[in-house]
Amino acid sequence: MPLLTQQIQDEDDQDSLVASLDNVRNLSTILKHATCFATKNGIKVTVENAKCVQANTLTALRMCYQGYGYPLRLFLEEGGVVTVCKINTQDPEDTLDFDFCSTNVINKIILQSEGLREAFSELDMMSEVLQITMSLDKPYFRLSTFGNAGSSHLDYPKDSDLMEAFHCNQIQVNRYKISLLKPSTKALVLSCKVSIRTDNRGFLSSQYMIRNEDGQICFVEYYCCPDEEVPESES
Amino acid sequence: MGKEGFSRWWQSGRTIEQVCEQKQPEGWVCGCPLTTSLSLLFVAQLSLRTVNSSRSAYACFLFAPLFFQQYQAATPGQDLLRCKILMKSFLSVFRSLAMLEKTVEKCCISLNGRSSRLVVQLHCKFGVRKTHNLSFQDCESLQAVFDPASCPHMLRAPARVLGEAVLPFPPALAEVTLGIGRGRRVILRSYHEEEAGSSYSSPTDSTAKAMVTEMCLGEEDFQQLQAQEGVAITFCLKEFRGLLSFAESANLNLSIHFDAPGRPAIFTIKDSLLDGHFVLATLSDTDSHSQDLGSPERHQPVPQLQAHSIPHPDDFANDDIDSYMIAMETTIGNEGSRVLPSISLSPGPQHPESPGLHSEEDEAEPSTVPGTPPPKKFRSLFFGSILAPVRSPQGPSPVLAEDSEGEG
Repeated sequence: MPLLTQQIQDEDDQDSLVASLDNVRNLSTILKHATCFATKNGIKVTVENAKCVQANTLTALRMCYQGYGYPLRLFLEEGGVVTVCKINTQDPEDTLDFDFCSTNVINKIILQSEGLREAFSELDMMSEVLQITMSLDKPYFRLSTFGNAGSSHLDYPKDSDLMEAFHCNQIQVNRYKISLLKPSTKALVLSCKVSIRTDNRGFLSSQYMIRNEDGQICFVEYYCCPDEEVPESES
Repeated sequence: MGKEGFSRWWQSGRTIEQVCEQKQPEGWVCGCPLTTSLSLLFVAQLSLRTVNSSRSAYACFLFAPLFFQQYQAATPGQDLLRCKILMKSFLSVFRSLAMLEKTVEKCCISLNGRSSRLVVQLHCKFGVRKTHNLSFQDCESLQAVFDPASCPHMLRAPARVLGEAVLPFPPALAEVTLGIGRGRRVILRSYHEEEAGSSYSSPTDSTAKAMVTEMCLGEEDFQQLQAQEGVAITFCLKEFRGLLSFAESANLNLSIHFDAPGRPAIFTIKDSLLDGHFVLATLSDTDSHSQDLGSPERHQPVPQLQAHSIPHPDDFANDDIDSYMIAMETTIGNEGSRVLPSISLSPGPQHPESPGLHSEEDEAEPSTVPGTPPPKKFRSLFFGSILAPVRSPQGPSPVLAEDSEGEG
């Protein structure tokens, strides 16, 4: 069954939203407190963490929502067994608008996730920050941590087989709190490709392309604002 | 390679850069989690040494330059290059063996005196490069005093054989006893310390309930076995396991040189490119400090064994098997083992159908001198060796370790 999304205003059951999905496995556990936006292209589920991180997934799910005050109804079907969930809804808080637009993007790379997965799992958790360097010369794309033992740098050259696209306009060095980026590891593990973009403010946008078993594609997108402290030069 | 401790001694202030590249980075993996620092010494060869905080375990690995793809050591006339780094830091570089084997093609280690950093660079697939800048510290020379040649007993076997032998032991087991049993069998048996204060008053302490595991290896499994029946030592299993996993993966033979209980045991592996020594303290039968390594003193009261076939109710291990053994005891001690202060061995007749009786543990006989604290109970590996002290009222058994010898 293909992805099916509908935005239905007047249905017999008076649901303002009905959507269905074949395989819900891709809806990961990062969705704890989610705000759903139903659009023509699919449902965008937004999760926020301390107003600094935003993760979005475009997916489809059989959800029925009658409107304000009504619970969200989920219908999950597997092998003829149907599970019905009713989730009480809350008033949505305003989601942070990171105001990240493509026109402000300074640097962008697309990497095959295979190269990043282990690196991320081995990131020095003693380091508070992850520093991302994108430069026109070596090291091109560098992830750095600064822990008790010393510093570690992970360099990806622009001509690496893992690098699908490398667009760097100017050198940028930004630091992000590791604790905020760690949740994105889950998406990284599932993904086949990741795109990393930084804008003129140093805001980070990472998009993970996930191909599920049916061959369908969905995306998880993370936004993260840079750590306020000015990066010092480290050995 | 398994995880073992490596030490490097580094003198700070050196500006000479030392480079060595190891083609197979797995060779570096060996981090002993029980020690905190690693000392590196660069000379004509690379030496890595470590010791644990209680100074009861010491490891030293020497790598010939040929072990590396490229080795650039200090030029003649310069002082030895030494540094010490935190084990945890060094191990974190080689954290995932699976990842190392899959993605790392080359490992390059250099010392940057100017920035006081040990730089470890992993060259991975797809041109990816991982660089770790580890800070190091000043340290003193680390050298344990030991001489394998001075040990009267020795055995050598492929590490795989010994590795398989320790597999059945519980992972949490701290110590193991290794000894030579009847028929020149090599016996490994789990060792459980008695709980302090439990000896006299609680005959059913946890030791009695602990599971005891024992493995026997035939003499034919060993390439060399130079030890008499009856000798046995007890040492830390965790450290032994560490060395074993390294030696197994490198397909090496492991030699164990040992002496009397309490004297350090030396475990060696060797091939044309590397040399490894582990020196571990062994438990002494009288709780004394090990002379060279200063192993931690263990003070544990020991119950008095009664010279009857009926076990005294205060025996720390009111074990049926032990009682059975005591009852079965018909002969005393044995000539060969008497010269060794720690082990009791009895060639007395054993019930052939009771596997549990073979190499059954026995309690070393305690002192018979009134007023002196009883010696630590020493477990021997051998069948029925209750020994002469069964006749303790008549005087100390010649087979027993003297109880007052502790500080010897």
